[in-house]
Amino acid sequence: MTAAAIEPAMQKQPAEQSPARQALRRLVKRRSAMLGLAVVLAFVALAVFANLVAPYDPTEADWGALRGAPSIEHPFGGDELGRDVLSRVIFGARASLSAGVISVLLALLIGIPVGLLSGYAGGWLDGVIMRFTDAMLAIPFLILAIALAAFLGPSLTNAMIAIGISAAPIFIRLTRAQVQSVKTEDYVEAARAVGNPPWRIAIRHILPNIWPALMVQATLTIASAIIAEASLSFLGLGQQPPAPSWGSMLNAAKDFLTQAPWMAIYPGLSIFVVVLSFNLLGDGLRDALDPRHRG
Amino acid sequence: MTRFLFRRLAILLPTLVFVSIIIFGLQQLLPGDPAIAMAGEERDPVAIAQIREKYHLNDPLYRRYLLWIGGVLRGDLGESIRIQQPVGQLLVEKLPVTVELALLSMLIALGIGLPTGMISALYNGRWPDYVANVIGLWGLSTPNFWLGIMLILLFSVQLGWLPASGYISPLEDLWGNLEAMIMPAFVLGNAISAVLMRHTRSAMLQVLSSDYIRTARAKGLRERMVIGKHALRNAAIPVITLGALEFGQLLSGAVLTEQIFSIPGFGKLIVDAVFNRDYAVVQGVVLCTATAYIVLNLLADIAYFLVNPRLRA
Repeated sequence: MTAAAIEPAMQKQPAEQSPARQALRRLVKRRSAMLGLAVVLAFVALAVFANLVAPYDPTEADWGALRGAPSIEHPFGGDELGRDVLSRVIFGARASLSAGVISVLLALLIGIPVGLLSGYAGGWLDGVIMRFTDAMLAIPFLILAIALAAFLGPSLTNAMIAIGISAAPIFIRLTRAQVQSVKTEDYVEAARAVGNPPWRIAIRHILPNIWPALMVQATLTIASAIIAEASLSFLGLGQQPPAPSWGSMLNAAKDFLTQAPWMAIYPGLSIFVVVLSFNLLGDGLRDALDPRHRG
Repeated sequence: MTRFLFRRLAILLPTLVFVSIIIFGLQQLLPGDPAIAMAGEERDPVAIAQIREKYHLNDPLYRRYLLWIGGVLRGDLGESIRIQQPVGQLLVEKLPVTVELALLSMLIALGIGLPTGMISALYNGRWPDYVANVIGLWGLSTPNFWLGIMLILLFSVQLGWLPASGYISPLEDLWGNLEAMIMPAFVLGNAISAVLMRHTRSAMLQVLSSDYIRTARAKGLRERMVIGKHALRNAAIPVITLGALEFGQLLSGAVLTEQIFSIPGFGKLIVDAVFNRDYAVVQGVVLCTATAYIVLNLLADIAYFLVNPRLRA
C-alpha cells in the first residue's frame, strides 16, 4: 500500500475514545437498555411532578368512587375509601423510587468505604470484616430488612434505612473483590512508590477504576430495593397510611379482590414495569461496561 | 479434602458467631418493653418485675447473650411470649410446611429454569433465545406478592379452580395439599427460575465453546449426544450448586408468599412474631434460616469440590 493510500485510511479512523465514551456508545446502541432508561426517566418525571400530573389528591375520599370500576373520571378506578387509584399510583412512584435510590445510596455509603478498607488493608481486619459480611449475607435479605424495619419502627424512612443496611454487604463484598483485583496493578504500585498515603491511593486511584462494576450493581440493586420497599409496605412496615405507596396499596387491595380487582392490578403493574426497566438498564450497563458479558 | 473441609469450617464458625451476635443485637433493640407488653393492659408493677426476673431482662446485654447462646447450643431457643410454647417446638411444627413449599418451588424453578436456559444457549441470538430472555426478565422483575394476588384473582376468584388460601397437610389429603400449594410454589419458583435460567445459559455457552465439545462434534457424534452427554453434564454442575445458594432468596420470598396464601410456615411465623414483639420467635426463625443457609452453602461447596476434578487435583 502506498503512502497516499494509507493517509486517507488513517484519516477515516475515529479519534481514540476514552473507555467511558466507548461504553456510552455501546450502551446507546442497546435498544432494551435505552427503553429501560426512558421508562425510568418517565416514572421519575411522574414522581417529581406528581402534584401537576395527578388528577386528584391521593388522600381525598370520594364516596361516589367507592370501589368504583375504571371510568373516564377515574381511569384506574377507586379504592376502598373512594380515593382515585391513578393519583395514588402516581404519588406512590415517589415512595418507591426514592426508597430504591436512597437505600442504594446508603448501601454504597456503607459498602464502599468498608470494602475499600477490607480489600486494601487485608490481614486480620479483612478477616473480621469479611466474616461479619458473610454473617449478614447469611440472613436472607428480606428477613433482615423486616427485622431491622421492625426494630426501627414502621415508616418509609426506616424502611429505606433497613433496606440500605441489608444491601450494604453486597457492596462491601463487591468493592473488596474489585480492590483485590486492581491493587497489584502497575498504576497502584506506582502511586504507592511516589509516597501517596493509602487513603489517597484508595480514593484517587482505585475507586475510579472499580466504579463501573459498582454502578452496574447499584442499578440492579435499585430494582431489588424497590421490590423490598413494596414488600415492607405490603407488610405494614414501610409507608404508613394514608400516604400512598405501591406496596401498601397492594396490601389494602388483597381484601377486595372480588369487588375491586383494579386496586391490585395497577400498583403491581407499576412495580413490575419500573423494576423491569431498572433490570434492562442494569443489564445494558453491564454489557456496555464489560463486553465479555455479551452473547 | 480434609484440608478443604478444615478451611471451610474455619470460616464457617466465626460466621455463625457473628450471625448470632447480629440476631441477638437486633432483637434487643426492638421498640417497646417486652415486660410491659407481656404484663397485659393492667401493667401490674409486681407482674412486670416477675417477668423481668424470669426472662433476665434486668441483666446486662453480654450476660443475656451468653445465656441465650448457651441455651441455643443446648437446643433451648426460649419460649414464645405470645403462644406460651417453646420456640424449638414451634419451629419443628412449622418447618415441614416451609420445607415442602421450598422443595416444590425449587422443582418448579428447575423445571422452568434449566430447559429455558439450555434452549437460550443452543439458539443464541435467535428468537428462542429472546423468548427465554423475556421469561428470565419477567421472573426477575415480578414482585412475588403481586404475582400471588394476580394468580388468586385468576384461578380462585375468576375460574374457581384452586383455593385462594389455607393449608392442608399432605398426610391428611395429598391432592388437597397440592391444590393449596401449587400457586404459592409457582410464585416462589418463578423468581428463582429466572436466576437458574441465566446461569444455565451462561454455563452452557461457556461449555459449548470449549475444546472437548469441538472434539466430540469433530469425531462425528450426533448433536443430541454432544449436548446431552458432554455439554449438559458439565454445565449442570455450577447450576445445581447454585440451587443451594438460592435457598436464601426462597426463604425471603416465603415470608410474603406464606402471608398472602395464609400458609402456616416460617414466613408467617416471623411476621406474626415481629408484630407481637415476640423476640424469642424472631430470633429462632432468623437463626434457623441463617444456619440452614450457611450449612447448605457448605454442602454446595463440598458437592462442587467433589464433582470438579480440577479442584481436587
